[in-house]
Amino acid sequence: MKIIVCMKQVPVQDSLLKITDDNTWVHEDELNWEINESDNYAMEAALRLKEEHGGEVVLLSMGPDRVKESIKQGLAKGVERALHINNEDFTTRDPFINAKLLAAAIKQESPDLVLTGLQADDTGFGQTGPILAEYLGLPHTSIVMEIEKSNGGIKVKRELEGGWFQSVELPLPALLSIQSGSNQLRYATIKGIMMAKKKEIKSLTLADLGLAEDEVDDSNSSLNFNRIFIPEKTKKAEIFEGDPKEIAAKLADKLKNEAKVF
Amino acid sequence: MSVDILVVAEQRDGVLNRATLEAVVAGQGLSKDLGLDLSVLVLGKNIGDLANDLCVGVKEVLIAEHEKVGDYTADGYCAAIKQIVAKEAPKYILFSHTYMVRDYSSKLAAALNRQLVSDCVGYKMDGESPVFVRQIFQGKIDADFTFSGDGANLVSFQVGAFNADNLDSGTSGEVRDAGVAFDEIEVRTKVLDIFEGVKQEVDLSKAERIVSVGRGIKKPENMDLMNELAAVLDAELAASRPVCDDGWLPLDRQVGSSGQTVTPSLYLAVGISGAIQHIVGMKNSGTIVAINKDPHAPIFDIADYGVVGDLFEVVPALIAAVKEIR
Ligand SMILES: Cc1cc2nc3c(=O)[nH]c(=O)nc-3n(C[C@H](O)[C@H](O)[C@H](O)COP(=O)(O)OP(=O)(O)OC[C@H]3O[C@@H](n4cnc5c(N)ncnc54)[C@H](O)[C@@H]3O)c2cc1C
Ligand SMILES: Nc1ncnc2c1ncn2[C@@H]1O[C@H](COP(=O)(O)O)[C@@H](O)[C@H]1O
Repeated sequence: MKIIVCMKQVPVQDSLLKITDDNTWVHEDELNWEINESDNYAMEAALRLKEEHGGEVVLLSMGPDRVKESIKQGLAKGVERALHINNEDFTTRDPFINAKLLAAAIKQESPDLVLTGLQADDTGFGQTGPILAEYLGLPHTSIVMEIEKSNGGIKVKRELEGGWFQSVELPLPALLSIQSGSNQLRYATIKGIMMAKKKEIKSLTLADLGLAEDEVDDSNSSLNFNRIFIPEKTKKAEIFEGDPKEIAAKLADKLKNEAKVF
Repeated sequence: MSVDILVVAEQRDGVLNRATLEAVVAGQGLSKDLGLDLSVLVLGKNIGDLANDLCVGVKEVLIAEHEKVGDYTADGYCAAIKQIVAKEAPKYILFSHTYMVRDYSSKLAAALNRQLVSDCVGYKMDGESPVFVRQIFQGKIDADFTFSGDGANLVSFQVGAFNADNLDSGTSGEVRDAGVAFDEIEVRTKVLDIFEGVKQEVDLSKAERIVSVGRGIKKPENMDLMNELAAVLDAELAASRPVCDDGWLPLDRQVGSSGQTVTPSLYLAVGISGAIQHIVGMKNSGTIVAINKDPHAPIFDIADYGVVGDLFEVVPALIAAVKEIR
């Protein structure tokens, strides 16, 4: 089975974010980066399928030069090779344009299975998987926790709200959006890290993808990302800061005598 | 006939998902602000009664009733709605951002060659046009979105963003068959069954006090500290999803949209950022306390008391203080 895993690099989870002066994004230069959480689980699911049924796992990531670091982590964990759409020159935040680019790269590979994460922790769209499925003409399902092969296709367990699940059967090729927590993640081994050095990271340009610059231009989008801002507080919490001992005493007193919760 | 604003309802086995009513409330607001009519669409099998029930506060309820949308599938829903959009030319299509809507709304937008703004927390009017607000960076930052062009603009609203109790039931609408040509529709996925996950051994919904642990705890060894805090407060221990995913606490102690919904008199969130999927499971708790080192963590927005600090300093001090005072 040939599996493509889409991987986005995002700011590390605890990042302190500073909004740029034009209020359109955050300052990126001071941030540290990591593989998006659910994408790590997508990669894990792909590696397990390959180990069980044979085949190949190909990582696909779009982003500037820095994403190569994350790609290498994937290669060290056992991914065979990677495709990198280098977008130093045309960053877009429109999920439909993003998906158009990713779809063009995926089409050239004709995989049996495409896995994406459920949602990217930065923009949080949660849209790329289902959009890709439409662009690629593949059946899909999302919020997937488990995948097994079944007669000619795959059977997956997907999450519903409130602790309920659903089994769904899909023919191959198909696309799945993977939910975090679906498997224990592996660590890269020393041997894996050594082997990764020899693995291919193929760089893809717009021309390689057969796309023209105006096709990936955000300003032609009918969706406008106008401005970003720190949300206004709706409820006023009483905030304690300072010496832990003093705060703790104050808080305990409030809980007992004001909130009366014990 | 044509449609201005279309809310797509969500049902399973003829039972309406309450979040649909929130989307209807959002639709009523937009309908007033934009001077547009509001319609609702229900897809499924044996949904006649449900369609009748939905005929309040809207102009009409469209139904698409057939085997092929009997069980929800993205293929069935997208193909049926696409036909309806072609006929009715709605300006807006609204959803409540449930797990089902996550699964098909953006595929639908792609199939229509239109745009979706997903998981909005609300909208505001800028002159004549609505500006939709959604959260980015897990609720730490908000972003404004607008549409250009008239085509169908798709918007999903976060569960809880609108209150279903605010439904204006003034007018009563009519039911109309949407006239979908179901024989043209091909469904590639097959739904096998629906089942409940881990057996719930603890019922956190009855807990008086809950100490809830987030990823800020860093390592499983540190859970001892949380156990101790829970013990002095005589509280149940719960957690955010990543803590349960990592197996540091059993899955049945997870609070949130995919876990349990709780309403204790005290909910003490330690090292939890306050992502919406967590908040929906605990926001109706009595007194909410948050301990977090990040002053901008969204959990503080819904807390009554907040401690900005390192939990590894604050929690031991709190254990001591509670012991003294209880
Ligand atoms: C479909 C879907 C369903 C989901 N269902 C659920 C669900 O049911 N329940 C759920 O909880 N989540 C759910 N999630 C995940 C959710 O989006 C968040 O990822 C999750 O809630 C984050 O958990 P957290 O707050 O523990 O971790 P993080 O977001 O990583 O937050 C950790 C916090 O700890 C703080 N911290 C770190 N170190 C310290 C320290 N030393 N002292 C004090 N504070 C510290 C940080 O400032 C940060 O705010 C779901 C997501 C999706 C997409
Ligand atoms: N730039 C990208 N490169 C590779 N994969 C991506 C990219 N953007 C999004 N994805 C994939 O799509 C998923 C959902 O992203 P989103 O729709 O932005 O929330 C992510 O978890 C990734 O698997």
